[in-house]
Amino acid sequence: MTYLAKPRLHHPTLPLNKIGFTRRDYEGQISTLCAGCGHDSISASLIQACWELDIEPHRIAKLSGIGCSSKTPDYLLGNSHGFNTVHGRMPSVLTGANLANRDLIYLGVSGDGDSASIGLGQFAHVMRRGVNMTYILENNGVYGLTKGQFSATADAGSKSKRGVANTDAPVDTVSLALLLGATYVARSFSGDKKQLVPLVKAALAHRGAAFIDVVSPCVAFNNHVGSTKSYDYVREHNDAVNRLDFISGREPIHVDYAEGEAVSVAQHDGTVLRLRKIDRGYDPTNRIAAMHYIQQHQAAGEVVTGLLFVAAETEDLHAHLNTADVPFNTLGAKQLCPGRAALDKLNASLR
Amino acid sequence: MPHQKTRKEGSVSAKPLQAVNDFVVKFANINGSGSASANELFARSILRMGVPISPRNIFPSNIQGLPTWYEVRVSESGWLGRRGGVDLMVAMNPQTWDKDLQEIEPGGYLFYDNSKPLPRSKFRDDITVIGMPLTEMCNANYTDSREKQLFKNIIYLGALSALLGIDAGEIAQLIGEQYKGKEKLLKPNLNALQMGRDFARAKLACPIGLRVERRDSVGDRIFIEGNAAAALGCVYGGATVCAWYPITPSSSVAEAFTRWCQKFRVDAASGKNNFAIVQAEDELASIGMVVGAGWNGARAFTATSGPGISLMTEFIGLAYFAEIPVTIINVQRGGPSTGMPTRTQQADIIACAYASHGDTKHVLLFPEDPKECFEHAAAALDLADRLQTPVFVMTDLDIGMNQRLCAPLEWDDRRVFDRGKVMTREELDSGKDFGRFLDVDGDGIPYRTYPGTHPTRGGFFTRGTTKDRYARYSEEGPVYVDNVQRLLRKFETAKALVPKPVLTPAKYPARFGAIYFGSTSPAMQEALEALAELGIYVNALRVRAFPFQDEVFDFVASHSKVFVVEQNRDAQLKTLLVNDAGINPASLIPILHYDGTPITARFITSEIGRLVAALNVRPIKTGKIGKTDKAA
Ligand SMILES: Cc1ncc(C[n+]2csc(CCOP(=O)(O)OP(=O)(O)O)c2C)c(N)n1
Ligand code: SF4
Ligand SMILES: [Mg+2]
Repeated sequence: MTYLAKPRLHHPTLPLNKIGFTRRDYEGQISTLCAGCGHDSISASLIQACWELDIEPHRIAKLSGIGCSSKTPDYLLGNSHGFNTVHGRMPSVLTGANLANRDLIYLGVSGDGDSASIGLGQFAHVMRRGVNMTYILENNGVYGLTKGQFSATADAGSKSKRGVANTDAPVDTVSLALLLGATYVARSFSGDKKQLVPLVKAALAHRGAAFIDVVSPCVAFNNHVGSTKSYDYVREHNDAVNRLDFISGREPIHVDYAEGEAVSVAQHDGTVLRLRKIDRGYDPTNRIAAMHYIQQHQAAGEVVTGLLFVAAETEDLHAHLNTADVPFNTLGAKQLCPGRAALDKLNASLR
Repeated sequence: MPHQKTRKEGSVSAKPLQAVNDFVVKFANINGSGSASANELFARSILRMGVPISPRNIFPSNIQGLPTWYEVRVSESGWLGRRGGVDLMVAMNPQTWDKDLQEIEPGGYLFYDNSKPLPRSKFRDDITVIGMPLTEMCNANYTDSREKQLFKNIIYLGALSALLGIDAGEIAQLIGEQYKGKEKLLKPNLNALQMGRDFARAKLACPIGLRVERRDSVGDRIFIEGNAAAALGCVYGGATVCAWYPITPSSSVAEAFTRWCQKFRVDAASGKNNFAIVQAEDELASIGMVVGAGWNGARAFTATSGPGISLMTEFIGLAYFAEIPVTIINVQRGGPSTGMPTRTQQADIIACAYASHGDTKHVLLFPEDPKECFEHAAAALDLADRLQTPVFVMTDLDIGMNQRLCAPLEWDDRRVFDRGKVMTREELDSGKDFGRFLDVDGDGIPYRTYPGTHPTRGGFFTRGTTKDRYARYSEEGPVYVDNVQRLLRKFETAKALVPKPVLTPAKYPARFGAIYFGSTSPAMQEALEALAELGIYVNALRVRAFPFQDEVFDFVASHSKVFVVEQNRDAQLKTLLVNDAGINPASLIPILHYDGTPITARFITSEIGRLVAALNVRPIKTGKIGKTDKAA
């Protein structure tokens, strides 16, 4: 297959964001995924979120593993640097990249095979470390790219396209992320752009490990009756915990008249998350309650979506390591090399 | 408890060894008994007397309880390789008594704790036995069991100083430096030292036939472990990101890097770190982090050993194919598998040269000592950036985990980091054509941009799949071939950039050559001299890098036979020479040492001697060949 150039004709009436970019400027190559693949809908939401946030495209670094899902960074943010790494190891590469330049925004894209099967270890440790990133898991319950084998997120009892039932217990990445210390944890559905775009925007503004598990049906291998990751199944079993308004700090904060039903969470960069609670008792700032809530609904066969947890006070890996404020890749010999005089002194102490 | 009287020298059946500044002392201890610091004091005090030494830790994969040895070669001539054989055994471990006694050279000496009597059958009659009631003395002087153990080491140190004529003032001075600021600990240590010395002088025949005499043969050389030096090289070379996973014998690289960074890399004004060190969850992650940091324009390295290299190989292939700078310090140990984790080998040469699936080749550097560990680590960071590829510093346990005398470390303040071909925002703005994999200069090295450089130009998608010159995905055959041919050109370019081999010419024209590398160096140098004394003249070439330069090819071509001396079973460097430099295998004769102990001059001398004799050529001078080799 060869590279498909995307026509780059700018329609003069396309709306510009505050920094003068059209939505087109956030697009990438033409997708080579199957028509109707949930992953493409997620890409559209990511593009929308970046455009709405007025992020200069090159300030984002997008990294992924291997899989249909991991191909998608090529289909968005064409002016950004991207890195399609190896299967299951995007988190370590993203961690290293983040250490090298703390000034960029890191977007990690992965699949359920990539994150919950081969890459479960790296998934766990990147959450533990609190790497400042937005980690999108495009969860279809199968290995799309290798043609429909079960992944570790497939629910026990769900059926493959060939009718084989999965007997292994599923890995619930949202519960895991909560357990391992992620400071922003959400779940959404590829077909629910209205919910997903604000979730992505808030995740991008969050400092620390932000994780969004996006159920994303694979139309080729996992969208049939008996699959628990199909469009129909998710629509029927979706239980949204909240509706999110993401308010950028630069805009006047909306007055929400339904005060009693809203929770505001201030983020480090001055942005404010306002959560309109659909489920009255839900408190997204309580990690333990969130885990309990998810498990309870899971037992009842419900897929809980929305912002499940966000920590108000966060620190990222750079804070833990007390690293300099400037990107490492801008430091030169002056800051890094102790020089000859220091070496002579050291030599003298080694005799 | 009555202690056994020291035997009279007259009862020894072999003539007691006599040597000044040229002997081997081996300490047999129990791991975790606190002997290490006393033994190091012993070694350093001789160094302070101006006599070169080379100590070696021979330790088990264990924290406490198993046997451990510390071998000190004293050599006024400056031979720093392992000699083989032991002249004085300090036998402090009953578990290994029999084996330790076997190792003593005829006429050698045994020093032991005679608090408990041992049957006569436990001794040899061709050595001098020196007993001292160490446990008894400790029981009489200390109540705390920890003190009894620790001061026992210092007491035997005191006794040895008297037996060998070591200046006790030097030891006291070193103890003073060690306990600077902890004066409470200083006094009892000095007392224990004196107690040992007094006993030896009163009750033992001092000095014995082995003696240390003050000289001025150390010069300005420094004494440092290869791993600490490599870590310092990473600091000087500008590494900011270090990701690692603990594994012997490489862990002390990352640990030393941490120490050096705390000393040199904390910004004085802000108190913030100009470094980031992450202990990763495994080697897959440590190399992944290094790849990510390298991609993003920071200098990054990892340190590991064989099993870690095996885990890293998928990423190494990615870095090769996606052209990302990566520095890997491989402190080699005995393989395969977990192998001999605390023993030394040079057995990862092929695994690293061709690491990963598909057609891959990587740059390797072979440091000979801590000084080169320092230099090669700094050079590797430059080379990785210049060549946009993984670069391996191939050290080993022998260099890495032992303190070694070497020339002082040097740095030229005019040196700038070679960041390689990086296109800047200004260059992009000026309209320069940017193709990530375009061979603009004909050297196979393309230009890259750091992520975040420009809002609309110079962005590209990095991948492990095939791509065209503009980084666009392609599986077209010609596009693939074009790309991998350029990678070969790049590897050619590397030849001019890596350290050149070092020639040690024989005194007289020689038909034989020897190629060697890395930690074999001191043993080889010593062997060359021993061979010359036997009338066997050999030109020697120390290879310092892969890919090999023309010098290596020419060297082989100008000798009828070339011995390739390595510390592995399968002649891995020879394989590379044949495979990659196209050298005729018939002209290469492997000399292989791979039992996990460092190669010795005795081994090399006897092997080359034997082979020269077998080749049926008459050496220029005739002479007896080789002593028997104990280390083979
Ligand atoms: C080390 C390794 N093993 C196996 C593969 C083959 N492989 C490619 S993608 C994939 C599964 C991807 O599944 P997932 O992450 O769920 O992505 P999806 O295609 O479903 O979006 C596998 C097994 C590989 N690329 N690398
Ligand atoms: S196979 Fe499934 S996951 Fe892959 S592109 Fe097609 S629909 Fe999407
Ligand atoms: Mg999948």
